[in-house]
Amino acid sequence: MSKIKPEDLDSIGEKIKRTMLLREGSCRVKIIVHMGTCGIAAGARNVMKALTEEIEKADAKDVQLTISSCAGLCSNEPMVTIEQKDQPAVKYVDLNDEKAREIFSRHVMGGKIMSEYALAAGSERTL
Amino acid sequence: MPHITNVMICTCTNCISNSALDIRDSLESEIKRRELEDDVLVVPTGASGLCVNGPILIVQPEGIFYQHLKTKDIPNLVEEHFLKGRPVKSLMYVPPGQDSPIPELRSIPFFKDQRLIALRNRGLIDPDSIDEYIARDGYKALAKVVTSMKPEAVIKEISDSGLRGRGGAGFPTGRKWESRRKDPRTPKYVVCNADEGDPGAFMDRSIIEADPHSVIEGMAIGAYAVGASSGYVYLRMEYPLAVKRMQLSIEKAREYGLLGEDILGLGFDFDLQIFKGAGAFVCGETTALVASIEGKIPEPRQRPPRTTLWEKPVVINNVETWANVPVIVNWGAKWFSQIGTETSKGTKVFSLAGNINNAGLVEVPMGITLREIVYNIGGGIPKGKQFKAVQTGGPSGGFIPASLLDLRVDYEQLDAAGSMMGSGGMVVMDENTCMVEMARYFVDFTNDESCGKCTSCREGSLALLQILQRICRGEGREGDVELLEELAEAIKDASQCGLGQSLSNPVLSSLKHFREEYEEHVKNKRCPAGVCKALITFDIDKEKCTGCRLCAKKCPQDAITGEAKEPHVIDQEKCIKCGVCVDVCKFEAVSIT
Repeated sequence: MSKIKPEDLDSIGEKIKRTMLLREGSCRVKIIVHMGTCGIAAGARNVMKALTEEIEKADAKDVQLTISSCAGLCSNEPMVTIEQKDQPAVKYVDLNDEKAREIFSRHVMGGKIMSEYALAAGSERTL
Repeated sequence: MPHITNVMICTCTNCISNSALDIRDSLESEIKRRELEDDVLVVPTGASGLCVNGPILIVQPEGIFYQHLKTKDIPNLVEEHFLKGRPVKSLMYVPPGQDSPIPELRSIPFFKDQRLIALRNRGLIDPDSIDEYIARDGYKALAKVVTSMKPEAVIKEISDSGLRGRGGAGFPTGRKWESRRKDPRTPKYVVCNADEGDPGAFMDRSIIEADPHSVIEGMAIGAYAVGASSGYVYLRMEYPLAVKRMQLSIEKAREYGLLGEDILGLGFDFDLQIFKGAGAFVCGETTALVASIEGKIPEPRQRPPRTTLWEKPVVINNVETWANVPVIVNWGAKWFSQIGTETSKGTKVFSLAGNINNAGLVEVPMGITLREIVYNIGGGIPKGKQFKAVQTGGPSGGFIPASLLDLRVDYEQLDAAGSMMGSGGMVVMDENTCMVEMARYFVDFTNDESCGKCTSCREGSLALLQILQRICRGEGREGDVELLEELAEAIKDASQCGLGQSLSNPVLSSLKHFREEYEEHVKNKRCPAGVCKALITFDIDKEKCTGCRLCAKKCPQDAITGEAKEPHVIDQEKCIKCGVCVDVCKFEAVSIT
């Protein structure tokens, strides 16, 4: 590494910005891929991979991709939950990598819920 | 492609001594075995704060907090959490007195009520990675001052923020810098006082272990403001990990052109080196510290004249003070001065230790009450015992009793209560703590660490110690309490440096708040807390004893006899009052009188 100039500080930071955001847990949209055994068996890894690539391609720094376990509806895996601030979470079912890419561009980036793939909005009541 | 999950493993000294490095290795090999290298990144970090529960893992972005890990837990953890997405409940944090674990870091009360400024990067970055520090706005404050601020403006910003020295005395940082700026002598120096020595204090070590660049950047800004071109980190040798991380970070910063000549290509020169302290407590006193750097005997000297290094101006600030500086520059004096109380701005880092459930490192806004720290953040006293006192400020501080638990923590309030802010040690004591014995402990410490220059401190602390030892042995005489008081005041008046002037505080504050405990020892030869061995006896309550034989088996002196299922008896001749029987008895049958 050669000596840096003030403007280099931003580019160094930018390179690992998403990693840092991930650790801070702050984001605009959170995409949860349900990766229980059922989800993985149904192809959740491909969904995950597709979403990772899309995020990378769109350079979407405010989108957080994370995993969770089985959402309870194993027969409709792979499933993805999309959480946005002040909005009910949306659960998508029976996904594959293509559908995932579509959801990413229209819902995550475009803000439009894709009702054709969606199971429901909201989450179960707990306790 | 970035990883989906970052596993932050705490590699502070505490966790490393609890095999954190073995756990890291095991994590890495398991992740590899499961072919999850592209998804899961293992990141070593500095102390996460809840050190008592180490080794600790925090899984981001979910913020799931795992504790008390063992190497054998790792294969299952990797399989369940990272492969199957099922966080492992049995390894999570369980709040004191509750049954179910709290998985998310942010919902654990210990973390929820903290506000991190000096510790802003703890658990978030790899301390050995300068890039990660930069990604969290690191070195932007340095770039900002050197490109767009006059030194006077930097000093004004620090003055307006209300930042005061975090090392103990609370001197306004801006005013200190300004006086050195105005001093015409050159060259000038900046020094970081990392000679942390109070028993039970580990704030400075943790800051350096977690985020060494925050200190380096703060010092570079200070150097720019006062016109210094070189500096020292006075770091004690007993902190090998902090020394290693600081050394590596200095080298990295040099490599990036953030230290050395022509910093950031902006024509500002500043370089830094570590000076390893040999561990004398008195070296934390500034005049002794500079004497030590100069290669002289580290004895404090009279001030004024102001402290100098090689007869040149020097700014000496503590680790936490320096770590605050970049944030103030980035966020502005106004923002900083809105946090805290009228006279004490910002936050303070405390190391919470003693009889407390969540021992660890906490950073809280000034003005928070002691009750909030002890009960909300600290999780209260173990085993449901009563709170008795909290000791702040180490051997220079004092004891604060339960009646003052609602005291708001700031420099003035703690002084008024007979204690002091100090560098941030906070030792909590439960009902089974003898205040006379605690005062004896601290005086023993200062007596040992007195440099010996002033008679009042050298001989005075010994005289105090002898009286306290006598009282604890049950040989206290009429008039001893009054003599302690008079002597303590005299030592305070006649000693030259802060160590001597404050060594009486543990005695005076315990006399102020717990005088009846001294009287009990002297007049009735009783230790109400049941601690001073010469004054207590252990007995087994015949009604409560079930004859389970556990105490008899554990007694190191074989002093306990009795048949199974029959009440047991302690042979007072053989008993050494170690207290093992009290600890092991499940029926509370052993009493101390």
